[in-house]
Amino acid sequence: MSKRKLGIFTKGFFKENPTFVLLLGLCPTLATTTSAINGMSMGLATLFVLVLSNIVISAIAPVVPDKVHIPVYIVVIATFVTILQFAMQAYTPDMYKTLGLFIPLIVVNCIVLGRAEAFASKNGIVDSALDGLGIGFGFTMSLTVLGLVREILGSGSAFGWKFISGDGILLFIMAPGAFIALGYLMVLFNKIAKKS
Amino acid sequence: MAAKSNLTNMALCLTAVCLVCSALLGGMYVLTAEPIAKANAEILKTSIGAVLPEGGELSEAKPIEVGGQPSEYYVSTSGEEVKAYAVKSTVVGFGGPLTLMVGITPDGTVYNTSVLSHTETPGLGAKCDTDEHFYSQFKGFDPSAKILSVKKDGGDIDAITASTITSRAYTLAVKNAVEAFKTIKGE
Repeated sequence: MSKRKLGIFTKGFFKENPTFVLLLGLCPTLATTTSAINGMSMGLATLFVLVLSNIVISAIAPVVPDKVHIPVYIVVIATFVTILQFAMQAYTPDMYKTLGLFIPLIVVNCIVLGRAEAFASKNGIVDSALDGLGIGFGFTMSLTVLGLVREILGSGSAFGWKFISGDGILLFIMAPGAFIALGYLMVLFNKIAKKS
Repeated sequence: MAAKSNLTNMALCLTAVCLVCSALLGGMYVLTAEPIAKANAEILKTSIGAVLPEGGELSEAKPIEVGGQPSEYYVSTSGEEVKAYAVKSTVVGFGGPLTLMVGITPDGTVYNTSVLSHTETPGLGAKCDTDEHFYSQFKGFDPSAKILSVKKDGGDIDAITASTITSRAYTLAVKNAVEAFKTIKGE
């Protein structure tokens, strides 16, 4: 892998991390990160949609007329989200029970359309796939970290493994705790992003 | 970069994209229809099984009104004898609809309850599904001997700490199911 290609992949983790640096897609971020597992699942679901829509959009972009490119992109993204929703309902009903409400909302997640507009429509298929993978894994990592912090503080467990009896600091399970945790993680990530 | 727009290529492009996408979705729907139905039936079966005594033949869903809302119930029989009823009961909780499956034996005692779906606050109201101290209170609850409402309202149910509204909703759902059971019995 050339250095440029590696750069496309790795920028999603720190330099252009969608959650902590670009602050995109915060609604599902705050809502689904009540535990590390939930955050990770939401991240992986978005990764799936992001990679496939990036590949398809970069392939069809040259022939799509300029004035209808947004409707076309949204139809492509919505198709992949619906496919994912069917698959989750059929094969992971438990996961669907927890995340169900937020899966259709991936369509309007600005990370997905943002990458389609800013990257996939101007670059080749391989680069777009790498961009989707990088941003997708960056998003997954952010959601898992945020979910883990909230789970440790809020429920006293990590990835479902409980290490204190009783409750944690319940605030962190609720929305205000999500904002507080997000704020501190943002500081940390921006410090790392600036250094690298 | 993108092609120049004119009416013909815009219409053609949108039509083609929509056709391909709907074909994909149609195919995916056909592929997953059966597993989805199976998964949903499995969830329902587990929840009914959890609230009824072991054994017995389960009937088809029958329509009934629970708390003024259309709902359904199931009858478990062994031979001619009715073993228990399972009533699906939906109320408004703190965060949205709270749906319970309530098992009731023919003498009117609550056999057990289980949560089908809820949108209560994680860590607080959501405990109605996981806090054994709370939901076990309904196991074997005899509505003719005790009062089916939370202690704050003069009843016999210990509410979940800091989640009185959820506890009230849960109790109301059970109460509605018991009322519905009386209608079933009266038939």
